[in-house]
Amino acid sequence: MSLVADPGLVSESEDVQTRTRGYASYLGLKVLGAIGSLMFMLVVNFFLFRVLPGDPARTLGRGRLTTDAQKAAFNKAYGLNQPLPEQFWTFLKNTAHGDLGISIQYRVPVSHLIWERLWPTVLLVGTSTILATVIGVYLGIRGAWKRGGRFDKISTSLSLTLYSMPEWWLGLMLIAGLGVGFWFVPGIFPTGGLHSPDVNPSSLHGILDTTWHLVLPVTTLTLAYLADYSLIMRSSLLDELGEDYLLTARAKGLRDVQVRNRHAVRNAMLPTTTIIALNIGFVVSGAITVETVFSIPGLGLLSIDALQAPDFWVLQGFFLVASAGVILANLVANLIYGWLDPRVRT
Amino acid sequence: MTDPSLLEIRDLHVTYATGEGALPAVRGVDLTVDRGQIVGVAGESGCGKSTLASTILRLQPVNATVTGEVRFNGRDILTMKWGELRAVRWAGASIVFQGALHSLNPVHRIGAQIAEALHVHSSGLGETTVTGRIDELLGQVGLDPERARAYPHQLSGGQKQRVMIAMALACDPELVVADEPTTALDVMVQAQVLSVLSDLVRDRGVGMLMISHDLSVLADLCDRITVMYAGRVVEEGPAAKVFADPLHPYAGALSAAFPRVGDPAARFAPAGLPGDPPDPRHLAGGCSFAPRCPRAADVCLPAEPELVTYAEGRAAACVRIGEPRSPAERSRDHHA
Repeated sequence: MSLVADPGLVSESEDVQTRTRGYASYLGLKVLGAIGSLMFMLVVNFFLFRVLPGDPARTLGRGRLTTDAQKAAFNKAYGLNQPLPEQFWTFLKNTAHGDLGISIQYRVPVSHLIWERLWPTVLLVGTSTILATVIGVYLGIRGAWKRGGRFDKISTSLSLTLYSMPEWWLGLMLIAGLGVGFWFVPGIFPTGGLHSPDVNPSSLHGILDTTWHLVLPVTTLTLAYLADYSLIMRSSLLDELGEDYLLTARAKGLRDVQVRNRHAVRNAMLPTTTIIALNIGFVVSGAITVETVFSIPGLGLLSIDALQAPDFWVLQGFFLVASAGVILANLVANLIYGWLDPRVRT
Repeated sequence: MTDPSLLEIRDLHVTYATGEGALPAVRGVDLTVDRGQIVGVAGESGCGKSTLASTILRLQPVNATVTGEVRFNGRDILTMKWGELRAVRWAGASIVFQGALHSLNPVHRIGAQIAEALHVHSSGLGETTVTGRIDELLGQVGLDPERARAYPHQLSGGQKQRVMIAMALACDPELVVADEPTTALDVMVQAQVLSVLSDLVRDRGVGMLMISHDLSVLADLCDRITVMYAGRVVEEGPAAKVFADPLHPYAGALSAAFPRVGDPAARFAPAGLPGDPPDPRHLAGGCSFAPRCPRAADVCLPAEPELVTYAEGRAAACVRIGEPRSPAERSRDHHA
């Protein structure tokens, strides 16, 4: 055999080393990218609220602050009389220190307000994203593996139906059906709120009570976003089914389930991971609607209140936190992607 | 009773159900591979040779209907229980697939993919045993054992195909099916891969079924060659004879398609075969090669010719063998 002279053999060990370093630099690059997006988002966040039409002093005064002196005093108190670059510099400094301003409506620091309202939203969005992902991916896998079968037909049409429903409508229907009750069927679940007013939320009873209150809103968000994941998972798994490496896996004597889980699903998860991360932004926007429908005191409800007031600093803080959340989700997705697919690391 | 052959295919028919009707890809093929023997299957794209390969481990697509027998060590693969079949797959007979570039899973390390085959067929293997075996296998195909940690996209086409060969030999199979193992490779690498494959097969005394469109490659490596056309065997015999002195006009055309060293006529007259293979969905009666055959005559049209045995263990399916050729035919053959 003349294989010893293969030029490919010479540089192989060196090759392997560069590839291990490749993964670290992949991670570094993604983190840098996320920090860059965060910076860009800060700039947009600042100027977006400065170019909004209307004079904050007048809007906030609801017509009561009529004299120029009063307006000047308001602008001075909130630093709005300074030149724009100076305002931006102050904004950056304050944001870096975690100071997001004072809420006009509640007269408390915005950071406290957001911190307090963050957890109900994280609980709601987190739980529904996990549930929607797990159920959606499962439905997609089962449907695609036995394409055209009864399970596939039912789950695909169900997914399409859910996909076309607005989440607020779905939420209202669930409240009407399972919260209020209909005909002679009594309502089972609470129609709104995060917990009953008379329980201590940190006691065991309180936790169970909160869970009970979250059933309908979580179901709403889960059903609304599950279809996305099941349809994407189904189509990306169908794309994999014709691949040669699945034939190899079968020829090796693997069971059908092993071929599916070890070989097909791993590859089909790649596009799905991207979609899940991209969707986090939409789920947050869905959470605004669902929190409003179910009166859950989360960030979504806070932002609606702030919009109606209007409470600029709260809105600005909400935008900051929401976009930071989306950027973080994308970073996590990139890391998972790199872990799933060796090809993107190099 | 004598020992059954390693692989014995009897009257195999494979028909695909397609949107435009039934597509008979394999029509009554007989084939035998003995232990230690390398048998080649030659033919154009679409002649059914890859379908034939896939049925050996019952890997044909779901829309295929298979009848006949595929006996591996005397037991019929086509009627085996799933558990038995899984045990035969890879440990009894393994396949080196056509598209090596895509036959390895892109997201698993190649070592893990070889290890998977080992674990499936012998439970409770220790980590060191498996690693040692992988190193040994990669060494045998001329790859650095370090490569076990590489992913398929980090390897060249030839290296991937060698990994595929290493994987095919992992469980010490009795039969290796090589389905166009060198199609996607350039000529130099092709020669390397073929020599690795045939050396390993000869060293271990396993049987091999080698599928290729390249009759000259098969003539070099194989003991016997089966030539297929439109789903049927048209010629079968010792490799050297089939290549050097083909009986069937189609085997002749395949053989003439490769220039011989030292034959200026062959070199300057590229001998292609005009026309395309027939659409298996719409086969006319009679010899399916007749529309492209330089020797076709009226006798070819009534019925599909049977495979007839001739001297020296040779067989061919052509009614015109032995008939004297007309001068016009001879001059056409000379150019062909």
